[in-house]
Amino acid sequence: MKGRVLVVDDDTALAEMLGIVLRGEGFEPSFVADGDKALAAFRETKPDLVLLDLMLPGRDGIEVCRLIRAESGVPIVMLTAKSDTVDVVVGLESGADDYIVKPFKPKELVARIRARLRRSEEPAPEQLAIGDLLIDVAGHSVKRDGQSIALTPLEFDLLVALARKPWQVFTREVLLEQVWGYRHAADTRLVNVHVQRLRSKVEKDPERPEIVVTVRGVGYKAGPS
Amino acid sequence: MSRDSAASAPGEPGDRQGWPVSPSGRTSRFGRLIDGGLLLQDGVQGSPVLRLFARWVRRPLLPVMRLWRRNIQLRVVAATLVMSLGVVLLLGFVVIGQVRNGLLDAKEKAAQIQATGGFKVAQENAANGRGAGGGAANGGMGKQNSSLWRNDLVTQLSSGGQSAFHVVALAAGSDAGPGRAPRASGYVEGLKSVPSELRTRVDRADGAYQSFSRIVYTENGPDPVAGLVIGKRLPDINNDPYQLYYLFPLTQEEKSLSLVKGTLATAGLFVVVLLGAIAWLVVRQVVTPVRMAAGIAERLSAGRLQERMKVTGEDDIARLGEAFNKMAQNLQLKIQQLEDLSRMQRRFVSDVSHELRTPLTTVRMAADVIHEARVDFDPVTGRSAELLADQLDRFESLLADLLEISRFDAGAAALEAEPTDLRDVVRRVVGGAEPLAEAKGGRIRVVGDAQPVVAEADARRVERVLRNLVVNAVEHGDGKDVVVRLGAAGGAVAVAVRDYGVGLKPGEATRVFNRFWRADPARARTTGGTGLGLSIALEDARLHGGWLQAWGEPGGGSQFRLTLPRTADEALRGSPIPLEPKDSRRNRGLHEAGLAGGEQGKQATVPAQPVSERAPVAVPPTASSVLVTPPSADPTALPGSGARVVPRQVGPPEVLTGGGAVTGAAAGAVTESATEAVAPDASTGGIEEQVEAEPEVRAVSAPAEEESTRGR
Repeated sequence: MKGRVLVVDDDTALAEMLGIVLRGEGFEPSFVADGDKALAAFRETKPDLVLLDLMLPGRDGIEVCRLIRAESGVPIVMLTAKSDTVDVVVGLESGADDYIVKPFKPKELVARIRARLRRSEEPAPEQLAIGDLLIDVAGHSVKRDGQSIALTPLEFDLLVALARKPWQVFTREVLLEQVWGYRHAADTRLVNVHVQRLRSKVEKDPERPEIVVTVRGVGYKAGPS
Repeated sequence: MSRDSAASAPGEPGDRQGWPVSPSGRTSRFGRLIDGGLLLQDGVQGSPVLRLFARWVRRPLLPVMRLWRRNIQLRVVAATLVMSLGVVLLLGFVVIGQVRNGLLDAKEKAAQIQATGGFKVAQENAANGRGAGGGAANGGMGKQNSSLWRNDLVTQLSSGGQSAFHVVALAAGSDAGPGRAPRASGYVEGLKSVPSELRTRVDRADGAYQSFSRIVYTENGPDPVAGLVIGKRLPDINNDPYQLYYLFPLTQEEKSLSLVKGTLATAGLFVVVLLGAIAWLVVRQVVTPVRMAAGIAERLSAGRLQERMKVTGEDDIARLGEAFNKMAQNLQLKIQQLEDLSRMQRRFVSDVSHELRTPLTTVRMAADVIHEARVDFDPVTGRSAELLADQLDRFESLLADLLEISRFDAGAAALEAEPTDLRDVVRRVVGGAEPLAEAKGGRIRVVGDAQPVVAEADARRVERVLRNLVVNAVEHGDGKDVVVRLGAAGGAVAVAVRDYGVGLKPGEATRVFNRFWRADPARARTTGGTGLGLSIALEDARLHGGWLQAWGEPGGGSQFRLTLPRTADEALRGSPIPLEPKDSRRNRGLHEAGLAGGEQGKQATVPAQPVSERAPVAVPPTASSVLVTPPSADPTALPGSGARVVPRQVGPPEVLTGGGAVTGAAAGAVTESATEAVAPDASTGGIEEQVEAEPEVRAVSAPAEEESTRGR
């Protein structure tokens, strides 16, 4: 299993500790301490996952996240000391797939990283339809009328999870478990933000979603195809 | 009182009466007056027609009354009008009186001179006549002469006066012989015009007398006018007395007077109207800035802090404006400072959070790595690694709680409410707490989850609150079962967590929400809570606009109830679940009493003195009156250690309505020896159906509880 992880953190002690833990789990960590150099390091190391601290000297984590997301769909897990709604939502909206609040346990971190990386293991060839979208699960592509829509791996997973069982209403907790790999119910804001992001890409009118439909008081389901 | 304050609040009637029940406090005074009067009348004759009439009269008056109450300008102008009208009227009366007196005095003097002259002429005329025809005059001849003479005399005297005066000659006394008919000049009705009182006076003595009278004319003459009558008794040519009167009509004077009156009235009217207008203008000058200030104050209080008054000149109004503006300025400054402070506080919390958490993360990870490797260490180091990891957990949760509470304090906590089925939340919480409960030897039962219990709530926060309550209940439940009860009614949903453990001592129900409060510092805590859990839970409940309340009795367990409004912007008026559980000792006592009162669940019969022949007294069958039971009715304080023994009278119990009944009963009538006691329904099986009952009571009593909760 590939395991190159880019750790973007200015706290050297934490970075070193992260390195110890990650190496212990069989990952290959590389480090960058400055937001300005993060993008260059990203291009150079081509990691499978980015661990990104939100508060950085130079460019802050949000900006870095946006830049990385602009050129790659590599999973980004944010490290944040702030669990306030605004901070978390801003982080997620800038393109992070997941976040983990400091202080975290090493096992928790590793579980999140594995959950993000697991996705890259070979999926079975599978064609799904949701609304007027065609999803090629193995080819990792989503097409509407032949036009392909670029989605990040996480958004793709979310869409696939919904499309596989169009009859089922997914609660946020279930989605957290299936898409993010959380075993215990965690913050459902993750789901909300990512659904918004997914809608902004796949819906014709994100204000009146037809692909990912909200079931008020319960969760989400796939729209009729 | 041995109950906690939150629970006993509904039991104090004063609390409930203190709660405003009247729909509006703004009935007009006038309206109340009418109401009061009508109440009285209703008591006497009970006429709905009158009430209808009063309402009909009052309705159009209400806007006027309101305008009157609210408009100082109107009041000042009205007062000015009334007062200036009074002054003008007074002035008018005085002036008119003066003028009339002056006019009459002048007329009187002129009339007296005229009359005196006339009387003299008449006297001389008579004397001359007597002298001329003295010898020849005798018998009927003389009489004839007298008659003629008087005619002449009247004509002669009146000839100089024209319409300025009239002359009337009347017979003296009651003498009304031939030739003594009244003679008068200028169509005057002599007898009618001269008042009889004046005639008797003239008869009685010599000298001239005068009186005001009405001069009446014959049919051909003009209308009657007021006049001055001067009369004197004179001898005629036969030396017989007769009365000669001068009548001066006051036509001219009346004209003058009415002219003055008219002028005065016109002037007075003008003055009153002008004064009113002036008052209106003057008051407007004062009221306008005041109104402006009021408007701006309202806008200020609505949060538009940049609003200022316009200030012109240097007068008092301008000073008011300046002072007002200064106040607003200072207020704005202070608010700004506070806002800055709050923002700084928030920043600080956020920064501290970050600064503390980053090294803590490193420590945490290092500790975990060490902890993982502890098997390779010697026992002392290994145990140290364990302690390190454990205490780091505790430190972490403490830090998290502290940050959470400071976030509440800074007002930085935001609610993310969406329709949530509390049953799911409860299930998750119960699922999470079950292992702990099993370790303690008890179970967690969920009651009332047949129907969805949906409210607009922040599931994350509600879950945190409930987890806290359930874990607390398990921890303090002494290994007995914990009952989680859900309820929805009206605009509220509630979750109550009941345990049967050590319970709460009196007064503790209010203190449990204090930060770092611990029921018993000596008691071991299995889960090592931070002491902030309930404080955070309370803040979470408040953020929802909900309540978190506690009830407990020593040794009888406790109940914590979370009540949330069904929609986020709704205000709570009550809770679907009573704060004091049905199976509390007191309620068991009352329930049992209610059964004795004849199968009416909420009716509590209280015993009469067995010796006296009094009929058993029963409490009115509302649950509210059951709760009126004085605080002294704590079961533990009564004989029979809690199980209140309620005797049943042999005859059919007579239900009396009266609030005093309970007090009297609780004071002295609880006796064990008295007749049979109905076995208390102590099983918890009856809980479910009880949950649905008595919504009104909760609606009334809950705000009082809320007050006591907020008081912390």
